[in-house]
This record gives sequence, structure tokens and C-alpha cells, in this order.
Amino acid sequence: MIRVEGLCKRFGRCRAVRDVTFRVAPGEAVALWGPNGAGKTTIMRCVLGLLPFRGRIRVAGLDVARRGKAVRRLIGYVPQELALYDDFRVLEMVRFFGRLKRVPGSSARSALERVGLESVHRRRVGQLSGGMKQRLALATALLADPPVLLLDEPTSSLDAKGRGTLNALLGDLNAQGKTMLFTSHRADDVRRLGQRVVLMEQGRLERECPAGLLERDSQGGSTLTIHLEQETLDRAVGLLRRDGFAVTRNGQSLDVHVQPDDRAAPIHALARGKIIVRKFEVSAAPDALAREDAP
Amino acid sequence: MTHAAPITADVRGERFPDPRNIATLARKELRDALRNRWFILYTVAFAVLALGLAYLSRASAGLTGLAGFGRTAASLINLVLLIVPLMGLSIGAASLASERERGMLGYLLAQPVGRMEVLLGKFIGLALALTGSLAIGFGISGLVLARGRQGADTGAFVNLVLFSFVLAAAMLAVGILISTLARRSGTATGAAVFTWLILVFFGDLGLMGAAVIFRLQIPTLLLLGLVNPLQAFKMAAVHGLGSSMDVLGPAGLYATRRFGEALPALLWGSLVAWIVVPLGAASVLFARRPL
Repeated sequence: MIRVEGLCKRFGRCRAVRDVTFRVAPGEAVALWGPNGAGKTTIMRCVLGLLPFRGRIRVAGLDVARRGKAVRRLIGYVPQELALYDDFRVLEMVRFFGRLKRVPGSSARSALERVGLESVHRRRVGQLSGGMKQRLALATALLADPPVLLLDEPTSSLDAKGRGTLNALLGDLNAQGKTMLFTSHRADDVRRLGQRVVLMEQGRLERECPAGLLERDSQGGSTLTIHLEQETLDRAVGLLRRDGFAVTRNGQSLDVHVQPDDRAAPIHALARGKIIVRKFEVSAAPDALAREDAP
Repeated sequence: MTHAAPITADVRGERFPDPRNIATLARKELRDALRNRWFILYTVAFAVLALGLAYLSRASAGLTGLAGFGRTAASLINLVLLIVPLMGLSIGAASLASERERGMLGYLLAQPVGRMEVLLGKFIGLALALTGSLAIGFGISGLVLARGRQGADTGAFVNLVLFSFVLAAAMLAVGILISTLARRSGTATGAAVFTWLILVFFGDLGLMGAAVIFRLQIPTLLLLGLVNPLQAFKMAAVHGLGSSMDVLGPAGLYATRRFGEALPALLWGSLVAWIVVPLGAASVLFARRPL
């Protein structure tokens, strides 16, 4: 369904994607997995025809570079950063995108029902929580019943309950035959949704493997994702780096690489620095998977 | 799997903008403009100033109302020259740049729409909003003129209104071109205000200064006037009012003698070119530049 061949993308001197080739079969769910800056979102944007690129991408046999609009008719997209029309009412926004996708007005309500947002259809989009916005973006993506879903960190702004609900919904969609290409930095999401993982590292495709391989990953390093108050992020990064942790910023949170017997250490370090941790979660680290088969 | 049938995409109309998408996007722009506080402020300011000018002209003409329409029309031309370019430029400049900055443009372009459709939808929606805004101002002043029975020439007034609409569309097209080039909305707005300053303040003054310093010939002066959309509007509006072009100096007289009956078409052509050329350049740049 999706064929990416020799994909290269540069931003000035930065080589964001380097000669990446992979395929996604019809009905398959494939995860693009890797640390921040690995090129996952860039690949998504190339598949949508939003960025010029070198190489070839085909979706259902259509060349993205030549038939961008027709390709996008086959794809439902949920972006990582939810930049929606905040002053629109929920139903109004879905109807607007429905008109662009040539679906009847009645489809908007059924799309909202499908993601459990029917009760808030009169609310302004700007008043929705992050999780609701994520579901609204999914409702919009599902409008024309597209065969392909591109999901960029679909569960990033959800709590555990919301993540479970969305994962169940996405699992059902996949079972119904939707082809999915998604990015996630959460190993449990990848295991639950994906049948295959494409591991990215610094713009390169490191390897492909079945999602089940991630089960063994808990034996290696993990990523501790810590959610903090916005104003403490910079200080927390400095403090953790001084203590020798590998830290990367991921929007409103920090990703810290930790060893299995040392997972609480960054939390203790932040507590000593009087930095309040709002919440945290542990997931398998992409680089751990990469090392697994290394000689 | 539910999608057992071979998946095909509708590729009809792929090469050409789809009018249905343009209409949908234009409606959204119109809706956004009506909720935009800057747009509302411009509309109110233009309406209040147009109303004020109409009353002042009526009062200064005395009870007879003599010369009331001519004075009001002349004042309205100056008001249009000052406000309409600022409205068109700033609203056009904010259109793409602010959506790009907030990430909404990327999400919109991830839908089955073409870039040309987005650009045309924005232009048409915003042009309709500007037309409505100006119609309110002109409508109010027109009512005052009609009530005062100031010898109003309806045809001349309609001409002025139409030229103002075209000037607004031309400035909007330039604003959208700026928006295509600018990465940030702040930069786009700054560039729009700078362009407005150049067009307004360096139009008359610049032409006069250049004529004196470089001893420009009258035909050259006329050419320079025609390539400035504000000067072209001024000439067209004065000509449309049936006034003698000598109020525009030697260049105005030369224009009348040189082009005669063809002058209105030439002035219309200049203004329409200021819509088509910037919009064409914007569509080429928007299609090529990454988000």
C-alpha cells in the first residue's frame, strides 16, 4: 500500500532522511520508531506530499510527487502538533474538512460519535483538552473512510486511560483493514498497535523487525518520560545533564535514557533540585532495540 | 479486511484547481475575517471616517449643497488612498504567514486540497470581506449624500466604489505575495506596513522629488504614476468623477491628450495587473516553497 524507495530529505545542510526504503502492506500497521530527530515526522510529511524530496513514494500505486492531492484523498492524517482551528465549534470544524473530502454533512456527526466526541460537538475547539483534540483530529482523519492512516505520535498528549481508549479504537480500525503508518516513542503503544517496527536513527533506517521483539527490550535501557511545568524545563535539563543523564526535550516533557536498575534516579535528582514532577512513564528505548542484535 | 476492492483515487481535476474546494476555503476565510478584530476595526474606522467626511463636506457646502458631492468624492478618494491599501496589505500579509506559524497551514495542506486552491480560496474570501467592509463605508456616505441632495452623480459614485474595490483586491494580492515570502507573521506584517509607507508617502512626494532632481520628462512621470497602483487608482477615480485631469498636474493633462478615450482602459489595466501579477507570483512561490 505504501512504498518508500530511496527517500532522501535535506533541510539546508541537515540531512533529515538518508536513503530510506521500506514498504507497508495493505492492512498492515507499521511503527516508525526512534529518538527525537530521527526523521520520523519528516517521512510522514513526505508521504503526504507536504515536502519536496528525493527518491520515490507511492501510495496505492500513485506517485506522491505527481498525484499529491489524489494520494491525500486516500490518507487520514493525525499530526503530532495539533494545530486546529481553535475558534471553530467541534462540529463546524469536522464539517469544514468533510466538505474538502467530499463527504455528506451527516458524516461529521457519525465521525464524532465514532471517537466519543458527540457530546461536545457545540464546544469551541480551543476549549477541548489535549486528548479530546487528538480524538477530534482522528475523527477528521476518518471522515472519508480512507484506507490509509498516518498517525504522528497519536497518543502523545493522552493520559493512561485516554491512551488505552485510543489504542483500542486504532486497533479496531486496523482489524477492519486500515493500513497504518504511525510514529510513537512508547514501546507499549508500538507493541499493541504495530505488527512491524521500522527503527530510525539520525535519518537512517537502522533495521526492521516484528513489533513483538520489543518485548525483550525491557531487559535493556529504557526511556523515562518526565512531564514538568513549562517554566522548570530548562533548569531540569541542566540539572539532569550535570548528573550525567542523557536528556532530550520532547515538547512539554523530557526523555531521559535510564538503565533498568536506575529508573528512579532522575526523579530523585529533580526532587533534590526542588523541581516538581507532574507525572512520568517508562518505555523501552529505541536505541536499546538497535543494540539488541549488534555484534 | 473491508477494503477488498482495488483502491483507486479520483485523479480528475488534479492539474486544475477545483472550484468546490476554492468555494469552501473562501467561505472559511470570509467567516474568519468577520471574526477578526483588526478587520472589524478597519471596517468601523473606514465607515466612521467616510461618514464624517460626507457630513463635513455637506456642512461646508452650506444649505445649497453646491459642490457637496465633488468635495465628498475628493475626500473619499484621499481616504481610500490612505486606508484601503493598509487594509488589503495587512490582511493579505497575515493570511498565510500566521497559519503557517501556528501549524494550521500544514494540517490544511495534508487534506486533499491543492496549494493553488488554498491561495485562491484565501484571496477570494478575503477580497469578498474587504468588498463588504468598503461597501458599508461607501453605503453610509452615499446615504448622507443622497439625503443632502448634493447634486450627486450616482454613476460617478459607483465608479469610485468600483475602483476602490479593485484597489483593495490589488493590495490584497500584494499582501498575499508578502505572506508567501515571509516565514513569520510579524515579518509579514512589518513588510506590509513598509510597502504601504512606500506606496502612500513616496507616491506623490517621490514622484515630485524625482521629477525635480532627475528632470524627468512628462511621459516618464506618467509611466511612473501608472506603475504605482495608488496613482493609477487616483487617476482612474478623478477621471471617473468627470473632473478635469489638470487637477493631477501636467502628467494628468498629458495622459488625457496622449490616450484620450483609451485612458480608463489603461488605468483599469494597470490596476488589474496589480492583482494578476502578484497573485501569479504568489502561486508560483507557494507551490515551490516548503512549509
